[in-house]
Amino acid sequence: MTAYYSSLGMVTSAVLYLVAMAMHAAEWASVRTSRTSRTRRTKEPATVAVVAGGTRSDWESSDSEAAPARTRREDVLGRMGLAITVIAAFTHVLGVVLRGVAAGRAPWGNMYEFVTTSLAIAVLTYLVLAWKFGMRWLGLPVTLLLTIGQGLAVTVFYVDVAELMPALHSVWFVIHIIAAATSGAAFNIGGIAAILYLIRSRDEELGGSGGYLSRLPSAEVIDRISYRFLAFAFPLWTFTVAAGAIWAQYAWGRFWGWDPKETMSLVTWIIYAGYLHARATVGWKGRRAAIVAIVGLASFWFNFVGINLLVSGLHSYSGIQR
Amino acid sequence: MSVARELVSWLRFAWATLSSMRTALILLLVLGIAAIPGSLLPQRPTNPIGVSDYLAANPVWAPWLDRLGFFDVFGSVWFAAIYLLLFISLIGCILPRTATYLKALRDLPSAPPGSLDRLPGHTAGTAVGTPAAVLDAAEAHLRARRYRVRREADSVSAERGYLRETGNLVFHICLVLTLIGLAWGSLFSFKGTAIIVEGQAFSNTLTQYDEFGAGAAFAPSQLSPFTLKLDDFEVKFETGPVQQGAARDFTAHVTVTDADGATTRQVLEVNGPLSVGSNNVHLLGHGYAPVVTVRDGSGQVAFSGPVVFLPQDANFRSEGVIKAPDARPERLAFEGIFLPTASSSGSGGMVSVFPDALNPQLLVNVWAGPPKAETGAPENVYALDKTGLTQLTKGGGDPLRAGLEVGTTYQLPDGRGSLSFDGWKRWTKLQISTSPGGWLVLVSVMLAVLGMAVSLTIRPRRLFVRVHPETTTTRLSVAGLDRVEGRGGLTDEVAALVAACGLEATLAATDDEEEQ
Repeated sequence: MTAYYSSLGMVTSAVLYLVAMAMHAAEWASVRTSRTSRTRRTKEPATVAVVAGGTRSDWESSDSEAAPARTRREDVLGRMGLAITVIAAFTHVLGVVLRGVAAGRAPWGNMYEFVTTSLAIAVLTYLVLAWKFGMRWLGLPVTLLLTIGQGLAVTVFYVDVAELMPALHSVWFVIHIIAAATSGAAFNIGGIAAILYLIRSRDEELGGSGGYLSRLPSAEVIDRISYRFLAFAFPLWTFTVAAGAIWAQYAWGRFWGWDPKETMSLVTWIIYAGYLHARATVGWKGRRAAIVAIVGLASFWFNFVGINLLVSGLHSYSGIQR
Repeated sequence: MSVARELVSWLRFAWATLSSMRTALILLLVLGIAAIPGSLLPQRPTNPIGVSDYLAANPVWAPWLDRLGFFDVFGSVWFAAIYLLLFISLIGCILPRTATYLKALRDLPSAPPGSLDRLPGHTAGTAVGTPAAVLDAAEAHLRARRYRVRREADSVSAERGYLRETGNLVFHICLVLTLIGLAWGSLFSFKGTAIIVEGQAFSNTLTQYDEFGAGAAFAPSQLSPFTLKLDDFEVKFETGPVQQGAARDFTAHVTVTDADGATTRQVLEVNGPLSVGSNNVHLLGHGYAPVVTVRDGSGQVAFSGPVVFLPQDANFRSEGVIKAPDARPERLAFEGIFLPTASSSGSGGMVSVFPDALNPQLLVNVWAGPPKAETGAPENVYALDKTGLTQLTKGGGDPLRAGLEVGTTYQLPDGRGSLSFDGWKRWTKLQISTSPGGWLVLVSVMLAVLGMAVSLTIRPRRLFVRVHPETTTTRLSVAGLDRVEGRGGLTDEVAALVAACGLEATLAATDDEEEQ
């Protein structure tokens, strides 16, 4: 019964994320409309970049005179999107907790459980960012990620509650996987910010579209946000891989065996290490570094979805019958 | 002379190029790309069957991939070349940076740049008091905030965040140490597997291993003596509807006799390896060994005991060979299939439908032939060498097949003897290994993570104050500089310093931008 309510919570959240995404999409679109009616305000959007500096307001959307004024409709749509995301996050977290109750263990035993947990961490992080730092402008891409992720989870990845396989009977199970889920959430948010950075910097180069993009903080600030998330995720990911290696020593008697999952984790690690170095290298800063970060995110997702479903290895724990 | 000079300059150029950050970055990304085929293509060391299947399925280009080492990426020359270059580049980067860092630790912060007004957060104005008093106040303020301070006649410069570079260097040095630890491990370690049937024992000598691999610096005489007896092995499988048949619990009860002769009973689990002396014993796999008795044509027992069968699918349909070379007048051999939970499939054959032994059956076909001279040559126990043997057939010429349940005996035709299926035992595949250098890998990886976390959290900052005496007041300018990006709050910190210097509030900041 608990398992039923857990699934209900997950499916509800997936649907609500979709609705929230529609709200945010309408929010973005509504600024475009306002631009055509208020062309006067669209001049000099490039200065937003400079003005947006500051401490906390740093991360907030730039509500300066240069951007089109916030219309009531836009604001209501944004607030509704956020409110629906809050409700969805509640049913989502409830779903994860009930899943753990139903299984009688930490709910991270297979792909479905892992992805729902990681996305729950992501949505909670986003809500904190939106509340504390006024980062509601992340709404559209984050709800898009949540809709796709939760949608895939409840349709493709879903498996019924079951006991763990013996290889997972270990304290490292908890340590390794919570670290992986948390760094996964941070990689995703950092990756979204990197994508927004590319869009925003292109927008600034072109002199600003005046649409919702001018609501975003300057490319520089977005880049810094992206960096902070990835700089948080990277040591944690290193720890995930290292903890996995220690666990592998316990379970299989070797630290490292070039299992496909291990290899792709290393590849992901290398790409993000490349990102951090690229930021410190002349000629790689900015655009190229952001592209490396996005490639890193792609590698993370491939490692998670592709390796689990396509390649057989020691991490074939998805539990999905093929 | 000039050739030598040219060579030196060329070497210097090569070294400078190799140890530059850009080269390291490119090598790093190339290493990442080079590792990808290793995760997508089957690899010989981990999946040799996958490799031969792949070769068979792609006869045109797979041999080329094979020649280029794509089926053993991590043992290939080009992969080694990339990571060795990367590590040389890394060392070339670490050494000068460590030297610079050690010097910076001993030195005071550098003096303020010529003009402060181009630095972020620059503030200028007039304060009441003598220059010395203003600088004293600034110095006290900065020291309280744990800055390192350099006091000059007309300026104060301060720096904090030295730990960032410490963390950075610790991380990179630990990466090199990790590689050294791994290399050490692969030189001095060994790893072997042995299959042990319940009730049987293993003693740690080379001949007892089924597979054995050791590093170049390891001699088999270094194997430490111990014996391990598998008392029994418990397996639990999922019986519920979800993931039915999935493994749920493995527990091996073993009796270990160590080098001193002390005997202990211990439990070996998947995540609970045993350590016996410097050896680690891991539980890698398990399977079934049917217990059979073969009687020959003269009624003598030609073979009796458990025979290890190797599992072929998730439900443990297992294959093996029962050999009775001593049977007379003809030697006998049986190719067998063991089904732990036998059930007839739709097409009339038999399959196993569950991995536990709920309805065990043994299916065999029979081979017989004249006795063979004992040569002592090693023989594969899992395959039947059919030279000199003929398969027994039914009347119509079809191969003779027999299906046995536990406790039944099958009489071979023409008085050749019989085969009794007495029962079954489980076997476990154990891995015995040492991991010298493991502690080095462990410690350096943990330090590396710590160093990285420090270097990514700590953000160094420099602050400068310069004074110009005026008649009764002091004109001063204050500014800051962040050496790394991603840090906010410079404006606030400059403002606090400004306040500490007693600069009047009306003289506001000239530059609101905080990033450099």
